[in-house]
Amino acid sequence: MTALDLVAAGAVENLLPARTQMALSLGWHIVFACFGIAFPAIVVFTEWRGHRRGDPVLTELAHTWAKAMGVLFAAGAVSGTLLSFELGILWPGLMDRFGEVFGFPFVLEGFAFFVEAIFVGVYLFGWNRLSPRAHVLSAIPMVVAGVAGAFFVVSANAWMNNPTGFRLDEQGNVVDARPWAAMFGPSTWPQFVHMWLAAFMVTGFLVASVYAVGMLRGRRDRYHRLGLLIPLTVAAVVTPVQIGVGDWIANVVADNQPTKLAAMEAHHETSAGVPLSLGGIYVDGELRYAVEIPYGLSLLIHHDPDGVVPGLAEVPADERPPVNVVHLAYNAMVGIGSALLLLAGWFGLVWWRRRRIPHTRWFLRAVAVSGVAAAVAMEAGWITTEVGRQPWIVYGILRTADAVSPAPGLGYGLVAVVVVYTVLTAFTVVVLRRLARGHDTLAPQERVEAS
Amino acid sequence: MTLAEVVLGAAFLGLVAYALFGGADFGGGVWDLLAGGTERGRRVRALVERSIGPVWEANHVWLIFVLVVLWTGFSGAFAAAVTTLYLPLTLAAFGMIARGAAFAYRKSVSTPGMRRFFGASFALSSLLTPFFFGAVVGGVASGRVPPGIAAGDVITSWVNPTSFLGGTLAVLVCAYLAAVFLCADARRAGEADLAEAFRLRAFVTAAVTGTVGLGGILVLRADAPLLYAGLMGRGLPVVLLSAAAGVAAIVLLAVRRYALARVVSALAVAAILVGWAVGQYPYVLLPGLTIEQAAQGRTTMTALLVALGVGAVVLVPSLVFLYTLFQRPTGADPVD
Repeated sequence: MTALDLVAAGAVENLLPARTQMALSLGWHIVFACFGIAFPAIVVFTEWRGHRRGDPVLTELAHTWAKAMGVLFAAGAVSGTLLSFELGILWPGLMDRFGEVFGFPFVLEGFAFFVEAIFVGVYLFGWNRLSPRAHVLSAIPMVVAGVAGAFFVVSANAWMNNPTGFRLDEQGNVVDARPWAAMFGPSTWPQFVHMWLAAFMVTGFLVASVYAVGMLRGRRDRYHRLGLLIPLTVAAVVTPVQIGVGDWIANVVADNQPTKLAAMEAHHETSAGVPLSLGGIYVDGELRYAVEIPYGLSLLIHHDPDGVVPGLAEVPADERPPVNVVHLAYNAMVGIGSALLLLAGWFGLVWWRRRRIPHTRWFLRAVAVSGVAAAVAMEAGWITTEVGRQPWIVYGILRTADAVSPAPGLGYGLVAVVVVYTVLTAFTVVVLRRLARGHDTLAPQERVEAS
Repeated sequence: MTLAEVVLGAAFLGLVAYALFGGADFGGGVWDLLAGGTERGRRVRALVERSIGPVWEANHVWLIFVLVVLWTGFSGAFAAAVTTLYLPLTLAAFGMIARGAAFAYRKSVSTPGMRRFFGASFALSSLLTPFFFGAVVGGVASGRVPPGIAAGDVITSWVNPTSFLGGTLAVLVCAYLAAVFLCADARRAGEADLAEAFRLRAFVTAAVTGTVGLGGILVLRADAPLLYAGLMGRGLPVVLLSAAAGVAAIVLLAVRRYALARVVSALAVAAILVGWAVGQYPYVLLPGLTIEQAAQGRTTMTALLVALGVGAVVLVPSLVFLYTLFQRPTGADPVD
């Protein structure tokens, strides 16, 4: 056995644990990243309104949310730190070969995250050190940096989907790397806008759901009504826009990653007049038990019932992603998104006609589950795009299996990450529940110094 | 200076900033760990918490900055180092998770058991994390990371005399910096007795750090001859500067000039790192991979340089604002 064989053996063994570890770390981080992108804007808006109107209830809400933001931002920051290690530790083949092409947006993200961390510190600890006006103004860099950071990270991911901004020589080495061009491939804008809106949906529905639960338990004071109203309004406004953006991104995927689109629809043979398939199981090149909407996919992609859609059969079997995972995740995202659109419509209609939150408990129940549902939809969306790109880590150029580290023992890292994230999740939930309940008093022996 | 050297220099500057700000931050946790029982250590812990509360997250972004600049500008060497040294790096990342989460969560819980658990987690990971980072530096500095993905030994690359020295020095330096920084914070908060206590801690850690540093030279001579030759040759002026700054810091502490002692202590610590860099120049990975060989293409380096310049224009005023805001005396409490 040559040295090269040994390396290959290690890499094969490491592929599944490394992918699982990456998926777990990303899937965990992205929920908190949503709060980093969207929550500052919602909190600062509430603080500003409270200050403008002299409304103590709004100010109190902003205060409570700022405390939660501190916890959520810390969770996002530490899980993001692990990711920045994992990109190199798990996928050195990607870094080694393409770091100079697509590492650049991460440098910009480094600065954005820096600015965000600085001004989160200023915002959380500056309530009494700055005038109310200066305090609100100091939040602007935090809001802008959160969104900018999301753009840079998503642009790196969009590059993996549609690699641009370099050439390969005959040996496959990168020449003529142009990092700015790499940042603005065809997927960057639709993916970023999709993620940006998703962050507002996840944050809006999740925060609203906390107050919906409170109201279901009989706490219907103005504090709880506003706590539901503000984030729910944000989410309800964003949701219909997101459906439109979904159409945009589906078309970009169809143009640039036809195999991924075919997997999303479990569409095997290239054909015209393709139906839109919901659910079902893809076995031996055939989707069974699915509900079909005639001409749906052709209409969606080409806005023409006879449009031709390439199928999975266009590429060899070893270049196809795991179809069922991608198809069902995609269906889950669209299904939940549609349900959230209905909820947003219900809320919007009642608000437009009556200027109040719908009275029925069923509405509150729906809002109470909408937060988790929105987060699940976002995770399903990321599963769609990430698993849908497989077996490639850089679409069409570098296989995930060729990028993974062959280091011995790497698989144990997965076990460790599972343990660490289980503990972290448990404590995060405990702490957030305590914050949601409020009325937290310090234990006498741990009293904070009176200053 | 070549383009690659400028970019690597910027990453190195980030590393120095991380050692100073992140280091003092870790050190705060070390003193939290050594503060004694719940009641006895209460004031020390409160001071540490107040001092690092608003700044800890920013302090640790320096590390992210170093990582992303290295992986973009020096992708191959970066991939080689992180795959060979993945064990201490993963452990350090876990330490940062435990530390950051525990610190942020501790404020939001009230039950003594829970607070004590988070406190212990914060304090213990503050000790272990810099040790692993020091071990990583030791692995690179002693030439145990060959070029190539996971080409080095994943165990002996960080379980070796130089790594052990690096880890120990890292923890000591963190504790020393925190003690010096906290002297001024305590005095400003009107807690003169705490300032005295941290002054004593600074003296003790300075003495221990100096002794370990001197002994470490012997370790390097035996275990990392290339680095030793560099340090004793080209790097000697920097090593002497570090020692002189260390002595000056002791004198300043003795006469209670805390603000100046901070600056001079930072200089002493920075000089240790500069010594390492000078000792290893022009190699990124000893004994064979030079900066120029490891550097990526010109377009990427130029883009990096532009980003670093623009970024610095945004970053430096923001950092100054952050630190001056929270170094100003006021009786105000944070959000809670």
